[in-house]
Amino acid sequence: MTRFTLNGKPVNTELPDDTPLLWVLRDGLDMTGTKFGCGMALCGACTVHVDGQPVRSCSTPVSEVAGKRVTTIEGVGAVRVGAAVQAAWQKLDVVQCGYCQSGQIMSATALLTSNPKPSDADIDAAMSGNLCRCATYVRIRAAIHEAARTLAKRSAA
Amino acid sequence: MNRIANASRRDFLKAGAGLTLALVLPGAHAASTGAPGIAGAAAGSTAGSAEFAPNAFVRIGTDNSVTVIAKHLEMGQGTYTGLATLVAEELDADWAQVVVEAAPADAARYNNLSWGPAQGTGGSSAIANSFEQMRQAGATARAMLVQAAAERWKVPAGEIRVKAGVVSHAKSGRKARFGELAEAAASQPVPQQVTLKDPKDFQLIGRHAPRKDSVAKTTGSAQFTQDVKLPGMLVAVVAHPPRFGATVKSVDEQAARAVAGVADVVRIPTGVAVLARDYWTAKKGRDALKIDWDESAAYRGSSEQILADYRKLAATPGAIARRDGDADDALGKATKVFEAEFAFPFLAHAAMEPINCVMRLDANGCEVWNGEQFQTVDQRTVAGVLGLKPEQVKLNMLFAGGSFGRRANPQSDYLVETAHIVKAIGGRAPVKLVWSREDDMRGGHYRPLYLHRLRAALDAQGKPLAWANSIVGQSILTGTAFEAVGVKDGVDGSSVEGAANLPYAIPHLQVELHTTNAQVKVPVQWWRAVGSTHTAFATEVFIDELAVAAGADPVTYRLGLLGAHPRHAGVLKLAADKAGWGKPLAPAKASRRARGVAVHESFHTFVAQVVEVTVAPDGSFKLDRVVCAVDCGVAVNPDVIRAQMEGGIGFGLAAALSGAITLKDGLVEQSNFHDYPVLRIDQMPKVEVHIVPSAAKPTGVGEPGVPPIAPALANALYAATGKRIRTLPIGEQLKA
Repeated sequence: MTRFTLNGKPVNTELPDDTPLLWVLRDGLDMTGTKFGCGMALCGACTVHVDGQPVRSCSTPVSEVAGKRVTTIEGVGAVRVGAAVQAAWQKLDVVQCGYCQSGQIMSATALLTSNPKPSDADIDAAMSGNLCRCATYVRIRAAIHEAARTLAKRSAA
Repeated sequence: MNRIANASRRDFLKAGAGLTLALVLPGAHAASTGAPGIAGAAAGSTAGSAEFAPNAFVRIGTDNSVTVIAKHLEMGQGTYTGLATLVAEELDADWAQVVVEAAPADAARYNNLSWGPAQGTGGSSAIANSFEQMRQAGATARAMLVQAAAERWKVPAGEIRVKAGVVSHAKSGRKARFGELAEAAASQPVPQQVTLKDPKDFQLIGRHAPRKDSVAKTTGSAQFTQDVKLPGMLVAVVAHPPRFGATVKSVDEQAARAVAGVADVVRIPTGVAVLARDYWTAKKGRDALKIDWDESAAYRGSSEQILADYRKLAATPGAIARRDGDADDALGKATKVFEAEFAFPFLAHAAMEPINCVMRLDANGCEVWNGEQFQTVDQRTVAGVLGLKPEQVKLNMLFAGGSFGRRANPQSDYLVETAHIVKAIGGRAPVKLVWSREDDMRGGHYRPLYLHRLRAALDAQGKPLAWANSIVGQSILTGTAFEAVGVKDGVDGSSVEGAANLPYAIPHLQVELHTTNAQVKVPVQWWRAVGSTHTAFATEVFIDELAVAAGADPVTYRLGLLGAHPRHAGVLKLAADKAGWGKPLAPAKASRRARGVAVHESFHTFVAQVVEVTVAPDGSFKLDRVVCAVDCGVAVNPDVIRAQMEGGIGFGLAAALSGAITLKDGLVEQSNFHDYPVLRIDQMPKVEVHIVPSAAKPTGVGEPGVPPIAPALANALYAATGKRIRTLPIGEQLKA
């Protein structure tokens, strides 16, 4: 059995230790906001935060997160940066099919947490592991800048 | 005046909570927009009655909610927002009170009017076929609300106004929200005729209406097929043969069954399915299977050999797709003939959500949860496998995590696979079929590999006198239910679209097609923008070559040949103007910068794109900016149009830069995003979209943004380097 904290609440799973965190979240705990895209950490659709750091849950055995704090798209809005990113995504209508966007938002939130005012180049570097087949990239860049502005305003206030 | 047409419709309407007003519209006449290949192919059972069959597209609850029932699949293209905009516009609803719900499968009410009696989404047809139908639905609801208010307030209906969800009468000062009138409106007679708004009075059409799916898709609550979990459900993972056409000879299931949690192993026509309570266990079970494949009928072709065979075919006469004048004669007499060959690989759709499907058998038939794009075809095909009637197959249309054409499969391939698994386990549990990324990428149904051979001669003024285009490749429609309507005289319209309707004025013009389905056995399918994914590249690069040969500016040269095609010319001029065509680009240190252009019509929408590119000394290059002009008639949702152009450019760029599925001895050489790279954010250029103001009937935008980007880029690379790209993807060609 593996125990960890999910979006602030203690959870446990009986699935085998080698089961990727992604499938523990989706099939074991019915938290389906985190998506399956490639299974090889190539597309970023499965991105979650483990102790605040973005990780690809499809390639992280659940045993590795024992005792750690896991945050998913369902919980990221409770964090100031995550809420600002979601609001910017909605304001600019970033989404198209939407399947990759949970992962995009998790990566963008991690970026803005460590770098509150990223340049386009910073964004490209931090987000290049998150594929969007609809190619919503123009708006992803714009929404990250938008969220950065919102957060800066609130910090100044 | 028939409000409730039949029992099944009544049941459907009652199923919604808060239902008080339901509409039955006289069936709109099918618009003859002539979508290639699809019209009249499916169904048939409703022929004759379709004109009078009821439609139900809007529900107004006592809670003041306006529910728009969407008959088209939302796969990213924004159709839920678009359909709701049309209803809300004529209803004069407040955008915030509008929610969208997926329509059930019922071709009698929810058919695609541009396809005839079949329900489904494709060919960039959703807004085009729904424009009047959805507006009528909204206008009818509005008229009934007004009539209800007039009765209640005892005032003339003509004095009542509706604005942003509020019905009011100025003289008496009475006001009511929709919800307060819903019950009374439901007992009003349905007006036989309603007057639609004058476009100058539009409040929502042409303005910004936020997407209806943004919140769900940014909070993780949007439901995709992958997210469905039913009580007792088993997850199925299938071992497919390594080569197309192979079958199972024998299988050793022992090790798979020994994996803790594996519930069953079953043989199905497409391979061996392993079922478990969760995906990871099912996948482990599949990995433990030992299968001996029968490859006696397997296809063992290779991309290189296919291309070599196509090259020989291209030089021989093919089926005629277009013939103006006598191109062979004119080319034979010409002193100089320009000749070029263009090659295109197989392409996988590679939507972010890999293929999947949920199915459950019950006493009444079968229920399916799916990113459902092809309702009428899928109902019939699944019913056939399960021995049911089509109407016993209940389809739940969920969001699709992309499709790009893949989820509208003429054989319903993955639904059929799911049906066989459900059947093999005797329907004892609901089944979720999940393909891995590798299954998805190696599963076929690709954009076909194509080869174009082009020849041309110029007249004394440098204008094209003759143009001959020989196209070689597999037909998508041949061998499907759509062959009868989509293939004429040996020509699959979807193989030559964009080439056979070349807009340039050329006296001697010939387009020929060689269809290779007899020799190449790779499953193929439509892929976002279909024929135009290759025809736009071949024709727009070749016309650029002719412009250079004539010593003419590429924009001026094209405009000189587009006299009969003002909408092509319009987008071309707009894109060129906004891009500053002809003005020098700011120089970049040690690098070469240039622009390239392309214009193309697909699905009755006209798009021109200008690419600005910077090429480094080592041949690596970066797209700095793309300026895009689009004419899609009335711009229903300008921001969705911009988004589709941005996304179409990114999708087309992925194919231009690096997209290729290759076969070697029948084996697909790619498996995941490391060897089938799709566009990443650091490759995405800045994009500017300009929409041509138009009062013409709206046309689609899901696909037409894709075709021009590859030729515009290749033309820009030529302008920068003098090297012509004629084979896609571009890959490392500039570094050679």
